[in-house]
Amino acid sequence: MPPEASSPISAPTVRHGSNAGQPLTRRDGVLKVTGRATYAADNHPQGMLYAVFAGSRIARGRVTSLDVAAAKAHPGVVEVLTPANRPPLAHDPDKKMPPFGFRVDVLQDDRVRYVNQPIALVVAETLEAATEGAALLDPQYTVERARTDLSNGERFAANGVGVGAPPRTAHGDIEAGFAAAARITEAEYETPAQYHNAMEPHAVVAEWDGDRVTLDMPNQALSLSAASYAAYFGIPAENVLIRSPFLGGGFGSKAMLNGPQILAILAARMLKRPVKLALTRAQMYGPVGHRGATWQTLRVGTDDGGRLTALHHRSISATSSFDDFLEPAANASLPLYASPAILVEHEGLRLDTGTPGPMRAPGEASGSAALEVALDEAAEACGMDPLDFRLANYAQTEPGTGRPFSSKALRDCYAQGAARFGWAGRPLEPRRMRDKDGFLVGWGMGTAVFPCPHFPAEARATLRADGTALVETSGVDMGQGAWTALAQIAAEALGLDPDKVEFHSGVSSLPSGGIAGGSGHTASAGLALHNAGQNAIAELGALAMADPASPLFGTGNIGVTARDGRLYLRDDDSRSDSYADILSRAGRAELAATAKAARDPAVAAAHAMFSHGAVFAEVKVDPDLGQIRVSRLVGAFAAGRIINPRLVRSQYFGGMIWGISFALQEVAATDRRTGRIMNADLAEYHVPVNADVPPMEAILVPEDDPYVNPLGVKGVGEIGITGTVGAIANAVWHATGVRARRFPIRIEDILNGGASFRAA
Amino acid sequence: MNRFDYIRPASVAEAIAAATEPGSAYLAAGTNQLDLMKVGVARPQRVVDISRLPGLDRIEWLADGGVRVGALVRNADLAYDSRFSQAFPGVAEALLSGASAQLRNAATVGGNLMQHTRCAYFHDLASACNRRAPGSGCDAREGENRLHAVLGWSEHCIATHPSDFCVPLAALDAVVEVESPAGRRDIALDALHRLPGSTPERETALAPGDLIVALRLPAEAAAFSAHSRYLKLRERTSYAFAVVSAAASLRIDGGVVTHARLALGGVAAKPWRARGAEALLAGARPAEAIFAEAAKLALAEAKPSGDNVFKIELARRIVRRALSLAGEGTPQVMPALPASPFATVPGAHHAA
Repeated sequence: MPPEASSPISAPTVRHGSNAGQPLTRRDGVLKVTGRATYAADNHPQGMLYAVFAGSRIARGRVTSLDVAAAKAHPGVVEVLTPANRPPLAHDPDKKMPPFGFRVDVLQDDRVRYVNQPIALVVAETLEAATEGAALLDPQYTVERARTDLSNGERFAANGVGVGAPPRTAHGDIEAGFAAAARITEAEYETPAQYHNAMEPHAVVAEWDGDRVTLDMPNQALSLSAASYAAYFGIPAENVLIRSPFLGGGFGSKAMLNGPQILAILAARMLKRPVKLALTRAQMYGPVGHRGATWQTLRVGTDDGGRLTALHHRSISATSSFDDFLEPAANASLPLYASPAILVEHEGLRLDTGTPGPMRAPGEASGSAALEVALDEAAEACGMDPLDFRLANYAQTEPGTGRPFSSKALRDCYAQGAARFGWAGRPLEPRRMRDKDGFLVGWGMGTAVFPCPHFPAEARATLRADGTALVETSGVDMGQGAWTALAQIAAEALGLDPDKVEFHSGVSSLPSGGIAGGSGHTASAGLALHNAGQNAIAELGALAMADPASPLFGTGNIGVTARDGRLYLRDDDSRSDSYADILSRAGRAELAATAKAARDPAVAAAHAMFSHGAVFAEVKVDPDLGQIRVSRLVGAFAAGRIINPRLVRSQYFGGMIWGISFALQEVAATDRRTGRIMNADLAEYHVPVNADVPPMEAILVPEDDPYVNPLGVKGVGEIGITGTVGAIANAVWHATGVRARRFPIRIEDILNGGASFRAA
Repeated sequence: MNRFDYIRPASVAEAIAAATEPGSAYLAAGTNQLDLMKVGVARPQRVVDISRLPGLDRIEWLADGGVRVGALVRNADLAYDSRFSQAFPGVAEALLSGASAQLRNAATVGGNLMQHTRCAYFHDLASACNRRAPGSGCDAREGENRLHAVLGWSEHCIATHPSDFCVPLAALDAVVEVESPAGRRDIALDALHRLPGSTPERETALAPGDLIVALRLPAEAAAFSAHSRYLKLRERTSYAFAVVSAAASLRIDGGVVTHARLALGGVAAKPWRARGAEALLAGARPAEAIFAEAAKLALAEAKPSGDNVFKIELARRIVRRALSLAGEGTPQVMPALPASPFATVPGAHHAA
């Protein structure tokens, strides 16, 4: 393993302070902007072959023939994998991979279950030859009618939603709640299938050495994935080395194993040569997960004072024909608003698509979109300001369970966001505001919320006699800034300047950094680093206190603090000793300590743990043409302790921009007859361009959380998209009087006076 | 890989001789052609790279006040040519509303005229498409077609022409200079692109080997410079094709419209010149009522080809708006968001 693969940091970085809490610039920034950061597909081991998978062009049926001879006859083509010759796997791909891997399509049979499913893998000496070989296969099919939407998909009772959440949760007596309501608002909302479009499509370079394999690939869950690949290939987990120093975006899709990457690894073993596979943009639309469509219904009961008496949220969530990942959309209604009765329910819908999977705030994003519009509709029915309405229904404790929140500065978020935005004085009625150019102006808001998971993680910290330190964990920087933020936490725990800390990460052979997902990576891997650092300092302190030559000799009961490479006697700065001196007197070249990080189950059970926020949006709408433009976004978020405000703001902005995308642009245009996605490229699958992004602000609301974890760190990666979609939709209503309940909101929705729900 | 001959001719004559062979395709910047080759829609046996042909990258002002633009002039260079944008501000605005800054820096004038439809079914080899594979059918007809044609379409094809640039060109009587084995001829821009009828595969009036060498705008077109606008509705602010668009140019003398030029984009397989509306406007005082009447007339023959009935009303409204904006006069400076209804929104600092 070349050292640069796990340690991109050698040059001093520009700093504006030190350690945690400071807005350090990215430690890997220079590597990235100078092109020296190597991504998976940048690797070219000697003798490498190129693999290209042929994807099905039908959604449902069977492959009846492939012209393998034509492909193999093409100059440069080395091998063609089909169900006829695909080597065996040690794990049945039609069975789930514990703990939460999906079934994958790896040429186990001739069955086609979605468009772009791999139906063959062509391996060649060049990318061009592999590409042409795949084109020459000329697949023939027997085609069955594709199930593409609510009208023809198969509905089923869900066993679970998201990653193991129950499909139905009830608090209180929902019928009694509606019976007690002074008014009930009910509406249906539709969110479309959205597909992963990270800048870097999935790729892998696989190289076998006997029964050991090295995988250069973007991966959000290194240890877990190494174990899963090992299970597929029948080798010990430690024989799989995944190197993933940089990802061009993950967003959930790179946390899951997928068929194309497994096939490329299989081909490398079969052919005894390294193999590279890089998906094309179009191939991202199928085998690597997506945000499944939802059809949601919200029924909101309120009393005369605008307080909720009942909240009923149902979601029909689409999944594939062969596996279950259901957007837990209705669960968005569980943690946020106080109501004596809450009922959330999910139903599944089988479509001939690839299996959906996690995509930035899975469930929370689509559920929040519907919930926040429904709340706005209820506020309108009550004649209340949307913010006042939310404050009237503020949950002091977790709805249903009554558990205290580990911390909840949501009131501050509302107050600071509203003040900064200038919410006061907003007219209640729609279509009351115009700008000087005559555009309709609307203001809307939404509440943001996201849970704070904790994943088991481990780390090692090594203090060296030269006064530097090495810290190690298999963390993942998918652009969020783990190289920087995790190093800040480690440096703080070690009492060292970050430039004295060498950070190894991004490789599966290191102590497990857990999963970079669920907005839990900084808290989880960070806590492991923090604990390892504290353990190292404790051992160092013990060395010093036992050393008669140390100024700290014999102070064991008082304790020390670590600062600037020295241990200081607590409350007495006059007595201190440097790490280098302690180690050299002890004749030690280094001192290493490890630690695990896990959440205390008793604390976790006793508290509800969430990040919160409030998003305020201004839109302008052309009154005749219906074109919508977001003109201002202000978000105020409370997420516990902030390690790096620069990176955190960037996460909030990214989430809020995705909110613009969700609200106004993103949709997979699926042909309802064939199941083919007709806009599977970045020209036609719209995500925002810079000119779509308005002036934005993200306010970091202070919040101390003594329970969420010893660092007090919550998650920031996904919360920005929640709240924002609803805020924009509500602003569109406020500008136009049109309630758009189908996303994305389009020009014709405004012209037609609101979209209709296309339920069967 | 798909092997093809690559020829880089030294002269227009050599280019034409090479491209007259069956299976040939010209290549300029390739912003559309190479995409089509990558997905297999275009599989030429011979690529004739004209991007280095000498003498086709000039903007020449003619003695009568017209302009002749070489086919290899880049879209961005033309849009930012100050004399051109003053004489033909609506054309410059259309150019700057097209594609993205990066594409405009590469794409050529001739290539823009020759770009193919963005109909997804034309691009998808697994779909039936009469334009790509004559006689195979039209899967767009019952498919994802909310942005398809509402004018001039046939049962055989409902695709639209995606160009912004061509819309004001059609309105202003631009002429295309074509070189061919038989010599040079002029084709009116309005006659360059064909409606589908029963032969949608015949997309233009050009024959194999024909090479567009220049585009001319007549002197009369510059007489509209004080009242020329292009307006485009799109689903994101840059790098998106028009849902509908309109180019409106007026000559106003003594408070009366003496001449009007009007064309629509995104509604048909060609830029849609609305001559009836132009005639209605001539002699009228510029006012909302007459603009509304003109818009109604321009869309009189429109009918939905699918899930796109909204485009008809939207097109009427954008025609009214474009006429109204043209009536107000060409802005002193190019709007920060060219052709956008939000051109005036503060905070929109950059050309998109």
